Amino acid sequence: MKVAVSSTGNKLESMIEQRFGRSPYFIIIDTDTMESEIVSNIGTGYAHGAGVGASQFLASKGVKAVITGNLGPNAYGALRAAKINAYTNFSGTVIDAIEKFKNNELKEFSSPTVPSHTGTGNTVSGRGQGRGRMR
Amino acid sequence: MKIAVASGKGGTGKTSVAVGLALAAEKSQLLDCDVEEPNIHILLKPNILETEKVEVQVPRIDDLKCNYCGDCAKFCQFNALFVVGDTAMVFPNLCHSCEGCIEVCKQNAIVYEPRCIGEIFIGKKDEIDVIYGLLDIGEALAVPIISAIKKKSIGEGIIILDAPPGTACPLAETVKDVDYCILVTEPTPFGLHDLEIAVEVVNQLGVPIGVIVNFAGVGNDEVYKYCKEKNLPILMEIPFDRKIAELYSNGIHFSLEMLEWKKNFSRLLKKICEVY
Amino acid sequence: MIQITIISGKGGTGKTSLTASLVALSNNTVIADCDVDASNLHLLLNPEISETIEFKGLKLAVIDQLKCINCGLCMEKCRFDAIKDYVVNSNSCEGCGLCVYICPVKAIDFIDRVCGYAYISDTDFGPMVHARLNPGMENSGKLVTLVRQKATEIAENNNKNLVLIDGPPGIGCPVIASLASINAAIIVVEPTLSGIHDLERAISLTNHFNIIPLVCINKYDINNANTDAIRSLCLEKDINILGLIPFDNKVTKAMVEAKSVIKYDPNSPASIEIKKIWSKLNDIFNI
Repeated sequence: MKVAVSSTGNKLESMIEQRFGRSPYFIIIDTDTMESEIVSNIGTGYAHGAGVGASQFLASKGVKAVITGNLGPNAYGALRAAKINAYTNFSGTVIDAIEKFKNNELKEFSSPTVPSHTGTGNTVSGRGQGRGRMR
Repeated sequence: MKIAVASGKGGTGKTSVAVGLALAAEKSQLLDCDVEEPNIHILLKPNILETEKVEVQVPRIDDLKCNYCGDCAKFCQFNALFVVGDTAMVFPNLCHSCEGCIEVCKQNAIVYEPRCIGEIFIGKKDEIDVIYGLLDIGEALAVPIISAIKKKSIGEGIIILDAPPGTACPLAETVKDVDYCILVTEPTPFGLHDLEIAVEVVNQLGVPIGVIVNFAGVGNDEVYKYCKEKNLPILMEIPFDRKIAELYSNGIHFSLEMLEWKKNFSRLLKKICEVY
Repeated sequence: MIQITIISGKGGTGKTSLTASLVALSNNTVIADCDVDASNLHLLLNPEISETIEFKGLKLAVIDQLKCINCGLCMEKCRFDAIKDYVVNSNSCEGCGLCVYICPVKAIDFIDRVCGYAYISDTDFGPMVHARLNPGMENSGKLVTLVRQKATEIAENNNKNLVLIDGPPGIGCPVIASLASINAAIIVVEPTLSGIHDLERAISLTNHFNIIPLVCINKYDINNANTDAIRSLCLEKDINILGLIPFDNKVTKAMVEAKSVIKYDPNSPASIEIKKIWSKLNDIFNI
């Protein structure tokens, strides 16, 4: 299973980046083979909707879980639609996160941890709900 | 005659000048284009005659027609669309309403529908028609509200526009089709720095500029030197006066109590109208 | 690491002067000026720039006149009225890319545009990050995010325990970006009717994003009745008032000398109150 970790640096020992959409790197690790791939996050380049852009990118990479610090509602909605599980509020190194993930020590989060940067926050008014079929 | 009152820096007394000009005219329209923090209605307390929701158009995806090709999401520069597997989503708060997704969708699966982002208010105070708007909390795009306010004004007579602070696109949106722009500044390093940037924006738009120095006497003379160098006329100086500040803090415009200022504003208005 | 953003609904309430003084009182702080379209803090802190970073915002459409067949489709379809006489007005172009897509002869290029710069610098009071958006450009949270990202990086690499953020005015996108994942927001307000109105908007913004608001009344003595009104408003909403700064012409005098009031005259009435505010902040956040 492919897991993406938002990372401040390009090494397995790098610290987790607390921001998801504007994380400098994602480290994608296949937990079965422990092969890793380091990708620069194109999301940091977006003027708008960085979290959605990053989610789209990770979905295209076949990622099934994301470990990060904070997640806004837009990114949360996008990940949920892509059936990618999100594990948030994690701080520590990337490799540490992966070990904990493999040992089932991480808790999946069911709601966004930070308000949207452009969005409507808690008073949901038609924001980021899946408008497609979600089978 | 459309006159915009602007300033790069906030708190320079832009709103006071705009209201002063509107009060000095026999009849005027006063447009508060600061839709994030409108203040004019607090000073003037107009009777609200009409309110109107401001809507922008955002896409809706028809599930029955969508084949989840993802072309719309790839196209959207604002990341307002997201397609993965057999799910297509819209993030309306990111949408800039460019309608590009409709163009790229080969399935004709996208239609536009309205979404409310704020409200505008049309009111009257004596001979002044006041129009102002309010961006909903948490919304990001002020420009559609500013253009809705401008559309509500009838294009004749004296129209005063109170511009939003800053020098980004809301300022450009307010100033872009006016006849004259008054920049209000204060004689301090902050005032000068922000005046320079505002002059750059307004020059780009090709609108003639005059400067009003507020809180005259508090700082230094760098602003005056700059205006001389750039050939910008100083239209008026308003001294730092505790009485003006106290009246303002109680929501009373100083020209209503200090009548010489009403004359000053009406003279200024006449001068601008004669030349432009 | 503690992150505190100083905001005020209305501009000109003394936000930047207060920030500069708090910076001067601290000794282990990274400074982030997020007022990117009219930044002023650098005028008081005299930063020496060590690194300049280009900021690219949305792209820009450019029509190649040699390829253009003057069909007018781009002008018809552009929702921003940004194309006139087959020329794109860069001030109006929002970079949506629609014209690039629909042009039948592929005559329109989509180019990167530099919309501003971020600067990393040293000041007498610690490292600072600030930025300048090119005039009239669209301000997105992206430049604010860039400034904040650089500031937290510097804080982490140098063991700084506080990032002080001078926020932009208003309640729109840049302000929201300056409020993301911070510990508290200090709202600076003047005791005027419009100030109270703006304070209420700023409080609902911080509530909306679950951020602790702290209130600072500047020039509190220009209208005691309004100051009392703000006091009871804060009491009712259970908001901590950090301090009441008196009207003090030393603040403007300091600004003209390009100094914070604390450095200009540490014993002036405003400075004395700002020192109290700083020690309160220390008590709350253990800085």
